[in-house]
Formats: sequence, C-alpha cells, structure tokens
Amino acid sequence: MGESIKLFYNVDGHDFVSCGQASEDVKRTLKNIGFPPEVIRRVAIAMYEGEVNMVIHAAGGVAEVEITEDAVRVALKDSGKGIADIEQAMAEGFSTAGEDIRELGFGAGMGLPNMKKYSDEMKIESTVGVGTNVYLTFYI
Amino acid sequence: MNDRKDIKPVFLEADKCNGCVSCMKRCPTEAIRVRDGKAAVMYERCVGCGECVNVCPTGAKRESYDKLESIAGYKYKVALPSPSLYGQFNNLTDTSYVLNGLKALGFDDVFEVAYGAELVSAATKKYLENPNTVRPVISSACSAVTNLILMRYEHLIPHLSPMKQPEVVAAKLALIEAQKRTGYARAEIGIFVITQCAAKVSKLKRGNSAKYIDRVLSNRELYFLLLDKMNKLENPEPLSKAGSLGISWGSSTGEAMGLGTENYLSADGIENVIRVLNELEHDKLTGLDFLELYACPSGCVGGSMNIENPFLARTRLRRLRKRYAPRKVEIGTASEFMRSEAYEPLNVYRLDDDRLKAMKMTMKMKAIYEKLPQTDCGACGAPRCMALAEDIVKGHDVKCKYRKGEELYDDG
Ligand SMILES: Nc1ncnc2c1ncn2[C@@H]1O[C@H](COP(=O)(O)OP(=O)(O)O)[C@@H](O)[C@H]1O
Ligand code: SF4
Ligand code: SF4
Ligand SMILES: [Mg+2]
Repeated sequence: MGESIKLFYNVDGHDFVSCGQASEDVKRTLKNIGFPPEVIRRVAIAMYEGEVNMVIHAAGGVAEVEITEDAVRVALKDSGKGIADIEQAMAEGFSTAGEDIRELGFGAGMGLPNMKKYSDEMKIESTVGVGTNVYLTFYI
Repeated sequence: MNDRKDIKPVFLEADKCNGCVSCMKRCPTEAIRVRDGKAAVMYERCVGCGECVNVCPTGAKRESYDKLESIAGYKYKVALPSPSLYGQFNNLTDTSYVLNGLKALGFDDVFEVAYGAELVSAATKKYLENPNTVRPVISSACSAVTNLILMRYEHLIPHLSPMKQPEVVAAKLALIEAQKRTGYARAEIGIFVITQCAAKVSKLKRGNSAKYIDRVLSNRELYFLLLDKMNKLENPEPLSKAGSLGISWGSSTGEAMGLGTENYLSADGIENVIRVLNELEHDKLTGLDFLELYACPSGCVGGSMNIENPFLARTRLRRLRKRYAPRKVEIGTASEFMRSEAYEPLNVYRLDDDRLKAMKMTMKMKAIYEKLPQTDCGACGAPRCMALAEDIVKGHDVKCKYRKGEELYDDG
C-alpha cells in the first residue's frame, strides 16, 4: 500500500450556515498536495452536495475521506431516515424537501445527480429508518 | 516558477508596526505573519486588496504607489485619471475640471481611464455574444479579485474575462496619441496612471502593461494638490471624452450596466466576493452571463488610496454620470482588447511540486495541527493554527506560544 491521508469530519445536522466546512477543508488539503484543479473542483462540488444532504435530509452525519497519490475516496454516512427509492432519488429535479428548505435555496433535486456527474464512481447504500451511506471516488 | 515575490502592492513601515495582528487577521489569503513583533507580508500570497492598509491602527501598512515627484525627467507627461478620482470631489459637475486641474499640476496631456473602460465594455459585449463563452464571465477589472481567483479558485479561470484592464487599454492609446503629437521617442514620454488601488499599482507596472505605463500615482497624494488647482480654474478647456458608462466604472454595477444584459450579479467587498465565488465553485450560479466582483466596498471608490468615504463617492459618481450621455463606441473585434498572456494558476498552497512529498508534508501538517490548541488565537504570529502548522512543515522556525515542547513538532 502506498501513502494515504485519512480525514474525518462530523457534519452538524442543525447548522445550515457553516455547512460545507468538511468539503472546504478537503479542498484545501488537496491544494496542499497539488491535485489538479479540475479534480479538486469535482470533489468540492460532489462532497458539498453530500454534506448538504446529510444536513437537510438526515440531521447530520460523518464524512470519511481517504486521499492517495492519485485518488480521493469519500464516504458520507448518516443515521437519518434513509431513501426508499434510490433510482427515483437519483432523478434530476426529484426532491422531498419542504417549502422551508427550498426557501433557504436548497432542494432543487440536483444534489445526487451532480454527485454522480462529478465523481468517477458512486455507490449508495440506504435503509429506510436506519440511514444512508454514500461512497464517492475520484481519480486523477 | 512563481515570480510573484517581486510584486509588492503594500509594504510595512516597520518602525510604526506594533505587532497587534489586526492586519494578519483580516488578510483574505493569510499572507501576513507577525515575526519578531512585525507584520511581514508573504508577497507570493498578497492579492493587493488593501484590507491590511485599511485596518492598521498605526498606519504602518502602506500601498507601494509612486510619488508625484517621480514624473520628473520625462519630456512629455500624460496623466490617466481613474473614474474613482471624479468621485472624490464635492459638487463636481464636469470632469473637465479634474482634467484641467491635472494639466495645471504639470501634466502636458490627459487621457481618461474611463475612455479605455468604454472600449473594454464594447469588447466584453461582443465576447458575450459568442455562444462558446464560458458563463458567467467574471470581470477582470478588479486586480485583487483576479489575483484571488488565480490563487484560490484556479478551476474558475475559464470564467475569467480575457479582456485587458481599462488602464492598459487607455495607456496604449494615450501613448500612441502622444507619440503622434510630439514625435518623441518612447523613453521621452511618461504615461502615468492615477489610481485608488494597491493591487493595480503593482499589476500595471508588470508584464505587458509595463510597455505602456511608466508610473502609478495615487488619488490620495494628488487630491489636495488638485483641489487647489481646480479651485483656481476659471474657464476649463473641454477635455472630457468619456461618457456616462465610462464614468460609472468607478463604482459597483458600473461595468455591468454597460453590457446590455440583466443577467448579471454584482458583489463588492472581499468577503462577499468570496461567498459568490464559493457559490460558483459549487455550481450554484446558473443562468447568469456576467459577474462583476470588486474587492473593495462599493467598488473602486472603496479602494484604499482614496480620500472620500466609498458611499459618498459612489453617490457623487451617480450624480455626475447623469450629466453625460453614453458615448457611442465602435470597435472592430473583441480580440484587439484581449490579453496576450494567458492566466496561470499560482499554486501558492501547494506544499511541494512532488505530489508524494507534498502528501507527506500534508500528513505532518495535520498531525501538528492536532496537537495545537485550535483556537486560532494568533499569538504565534500566524493567522490560524493550521497556518502555523503549515509554516512549521515548510521549515520555518516558529512555535505555538502555548505548546512549546519539541516532541510536539518532531514526530508528526
Ligand atoms: N442522506 C440522505 N438521507 C435521506 N434522504 C436523502 C439523503 N440524500 C438524499 N435524499 C433523498 O433524495 C432526494 C434527492 O436528493 P438530491 O438530489 O440531493 O436533491 P435535494 O437535496 O435537492 O432534495 C432528497 O430530496 C431526499 O428525499
Ligand atoms: S493587501 Fe490584502 S492580500 Fe495583501 S497582505 Fe494586505 S490584506 Fe493581505
Ligand atoms: S475594487 Fe477596485 S480599488 Fe478595490 S482592489 Fe478591486 S480594482 Fe482595486
Ligand atoms: Mg441535495
């Protein structure tokens, strides 16, 4: 095994304002290492969306990140309400967010589709009433 | 190679600095460290926003503008005032007063930056007509914002407008005009931009711009001298050439208004600019054609080298521009006004060019950070605990005031 950096973040489920801190820190770390800007942007967008989802749909969770010389692996894990129909959730524009959330500028239903679009691999495990794990992988 | 170390938008008058860390805490790119009680600037990270100048309680941080006396020695001197200068004067009804005032101060001719701005607007309009243009286009007028993008938002570079800065466009035309009029050699003609902006001071004297611009003077130094001359003017010669749109560039929304689109967003103040860039980075700004971003509050009227408060200056510009019609501007192609040098990312946060080595340093940096108090108190002379950890892995001999033991730094 080569070198790898492991990072861990608690994503606070009640904090809309500072939501995005984990992806911000990952972004900075990737800059320190010298990842290509294009990869950094993909990670930043997809991970930010994952963080937002944990805050607005699952009352928070954790983000685990592993950085190797040529890849970034992100796991977003929560114990929220879970996703009943993953295929439906992945559809562009599909959202169960209420009016209050939409007013804050979230809930456009583009989060999961964008996570798919900007990552190289994506896997979702979810059980209703238990929680959701989303795994994202990015390669240079 | 990063040759930014020789760009010095601001400098420290060390004997006035008491090491209070105010500037260090405010710098948006963490470019300041207090070492031996003095707030030194790491120039490769300075975007020239002027925040440190504005916040320093003792006046120890200063912009690196050229003094008026530096114009001596040129046979033919041309002054290029920025639109912000017009906003400094109370009850100004005609920009010709300012332009004649400049001639009375010893300049042989004047050329308005506002005139160059109108050409940039026309070129930007054409650039926006091209369906292949990456949207939203980010204005390249604010040098501090451009620097910030090259430093912190490298992946947004395709959005940056390729247009030259109005000062450069104006300077080139002013030089051609002066050469035609006088027949003098380039070295005998002095082209002097008068500005409000620390970032522009250093930017305009480097690279291609330096071909046309000899000195960059400040609104601040010229203000009182000009006021005196302007008060003595009887019948000013009609020297104004720029119209309302060029004058408008001095404050926020001024540039965007000249583009003929409602799909623009205008933000001013460095913190607001950062918020907007974060949104764009997260792919949240859809349906916009243009972003007009100014590091200073209210736009360039908020630049640190002004005299008047930004809000008042902005109101004055708004009144002044009402007295002018938009100038009809005809240009050939947009490319004539585009920069010849491509934007290059600055990579200032990269710890080493070898990615594996940089990874090891990053790991060590994070390990050091874990042992620091994580209060970002600034007592060590770095703006945040992470910045201290970064300085340590880069080999600087610095330590946390509260965690001094060697073992904290060794085992990373
Ligand atoms: N972590 C999660 N926990 C529970 N439900 C989720 C989670 N992430 C996404 N969802 C569900 O998937 C839907 C679509 O997600 P997304 O594409 O991000 O759109 P949006 O967040 O704007 O609603 C959400 O509305 C929600 O019902
Ligand atoms: S001018 Fe701005 S970027 Fe440069 S040191 Fe001062 S605060 Fe930092
Ligand atoms: S807003 Fe104007 S004065 Fe301020 S940094 Fe930008 S270009 Fe300079
Ligand atoms: Mg979402």
